[in-house]
Amino acid sequence: MEETPERESVVVEELPPPEDAQPRGGPLLRLLRLQLLRIGATVAVPIVAFIVLWLTFDFLRDAEANRVLVVLVAIVVGVFGVFALYFGMDSLTNLLPEGLREGVRPFVFVGPALVILSVYLVYPAINTTLLSFKDARGNAFVGLDNFTDIFTDSATLISIRNSVIWVIVVPLVAVAVGLGFATLVDKLGRRAEAISKSLIFMPMAISMVGASIVWRFVYSFRPEGFGEQIGLLNGIWQGLGAAPVSWLQQEPWNNLMLMVVLVWLQTGFAMVILSAAIKSVPDDILEAARIDGANEIQVFWRVVFPMISSSIVVVGTTIVITTWKVFDIVWVMTGGRNGTGVVAQQMVTEFFTNKNDGKGAALAVILLVAVIPIMIVNVKRFRAQEEQR
Amino acid sequence: MTAATETPRHEELKGEPGFVARIAENWPVKLIVLIIAALWFIPTLGVLITSFRPRILIDASGWWTVLGDLFDTSAWTLDNYNAVLDGSDFTNSFMNTLAVTIPATVIPITVAAFAAYAFSWMDFRGRQIIFVVVVGLLVVPLQMALIPILRLYTSGAEVFGVTIFPDLDLNGTFLAVWLAHTGFGLPLAVYLLRNYMGSLPSSIIESAKIDGATHFQIFTRLIVPLSVPVLASFAIFQFLWVWNDFLVALVFLGGTPDVRVITIALQGLIGNRGELFHLLTAGAFISMVLPLAVFFSLQRFFVRGLTAGGVKG
Repeated sequence: MEETPERESVVVEELPPPEDAQPRGGPLLRLLRLQLLRIGATVAVPIVAFIVLWLTFDFLRDAEANRVLVVLVAIVVGVFGVFALYFGMDSLTNLLPEGLREGVRPFVFVGPALVILSVYLVYPAINTTLLSFKDARGNAFVGLDNFTDIFTDSATLISIRNSVIWVIVVPLVAVAVGLGFATLVDKLGRRAEAISKSLIFMPMAISMVGASIVWRFVYSFRPEGFGEQIGLLNGIWQGLGAAPVSWLQQEPWNNLMLMVVLVWLQTGFAMVILSAAIKSVPDDILEAARIDGANEIQVFWRVVFPMISSSIVVVGTTIVITTWKVFDIVWVMTGGRNGTGVVAQQMVTEFFTNKNDGKGAALAVILLVAVIPIMIVNVKRFRAQEEQR
Repeated sequence: MTAATETPRHEELKGEPGFVARIAENWPVKLIVLIIAALWFIPTLGVLITSFRPRILIDASGWWTVLGDLFDTSAWTLDNYNAVLDGSDFTNSFMNTLAVTIPATVIPITVAAFAAYAFSWMDFRGRQIIFVVVVGLLVVPLQMALIPILRLYTSGAEVFGVTIFPDLDLNGTFLAVWLAHTGFGLPLAVYLLRNYMGSLPSSIIESAKIDGATHFQIFTRLIVPLSVPVLASFAIFQFLWVWNDFLVALVFLGGTPDVRVITIALQGLIGNRGELFHLLTAGAFISMVLPLAVFFSLQRFFVRGLTAGGVKG
């Protein structure tokens, strides 16, 4: 709040420097100074921000403060603190000699993002890759031992097998149902379309943990003689005259039971994007096809489908990547027991339960490496599309 | 029915189908849509109904049995919600989730917006290459970062004996989770925002420059207001993602009751006490209320963000 007058004064003083302004001194010296200032600008904001945030939190951690107060302070510091820091750094840049200012300023703007990305993604990616060649405690290099271990140990082999099945089944079903639903709903009235879309769409707002609870309840099982079945699936199953089944313990079908949860979550995503794509197909093309005597099924397969195929690929690959990294559902519903493990869950198990850092890291590397080809395909497609424009 | 009287007459000439005819029209399509929509909705409906049933009845009969007698008031209760909110530290976890989610949504947006502005409207060497690298980081799965960041938080980092990252004992603090979510959310945020900001007409920025505006002023007074749609759609994404996150919170915040978030508290209800569905269903529903409200009230922005990021890119 108190910054407002300060900002105004900066506004009055500051006019953009002429583009051709050059500082005194040799070009080499100038370049050196510029680089140093750029590095300074890049690093300063995050470090100052970090220290401020950290001091606040150290205080909050010590004080047995009121929950509401903690939340409020957290929000104020997190929301306004960061913006104030950018403002402060920008004002500091204005104090630099004219010729340097505009060379340094871009790094005030991008710098913090680059530092955070380096710490949270670049450094970990390198570190994890190195760790995957080390032993359980991350000390000595063991070569490819972790990887040979993964591809010979039955538990990890089962989780790789399961992950591959997940990656095939979930995107296929989610895209197929999403596409079918989007196509059919397009033929309904506006209100019916909006309501039925919302129902499919709703699970997207639910956490995987919440979804897991919803479906645990559906699959809930009681042995015969231990009371009524309260799970919907066993209720229906008994209604059909069969004995109740413990769905989450039936290998290998329990894997399908878990996949249903992710399909339930992801179909809405597929449906929304494909629905938008279907609506973007020009009406006159559809009319032309119909006048030429095509029936609705032909119109869909010969006209609509080819025109939205790139959207289908994008949706499919996005769901493939989400599915490949699925963790919460397995962790919450079965914990990977009864042959339901997947790679991402196995990685956390190795790291936290078995305290085997090297093997956990190796599983993380497998997660990364498998995604790269998909991303390359996506980027290539994207480039080709751009060139067509 | 007033609407019907107002409709132009030529529709009558076409022969508007009657009510029954309209229902019957296209019935196979309607039937399939109805079946799929029901399949998708029934699991949630079961949880919702169960959360309002007394514990004894939940254990005695399936939730669908109430459908036969919806108005029997003895079959409904709010006790489960009271039990969840008093008996455990579920209320705390709700507040904790807010304290995690709001800054973890705003910080990445702020950082990404400044970066995206620089990538679209400022001149500096390596601009394109840095941008491509940032977007390329979308490939790195969250799981890659867990082990190194946890080590960084608990014991700092040294290179050849020199401490480059001090041991700050960050683990278990909100700050640790905010920064982690910021890092993991940035590549997508920078990508979406840069695409949008870069497509704004350059003439308005040029004329602002001629009028003597600084980059900071152009950013805060022109670009940010113009970018509200894309900022909103990313904000909803990030909000839902952080609110619903389980793994990041589990690793960096942990399960101690004073900091744990709602997804972890929910999982605790399963793990510790077996299948107590009266608590689980009420808890699950409490955890869904806020994201569902955000989602449905801002659906328009969400869909726009999805289609912008997914189809066109």
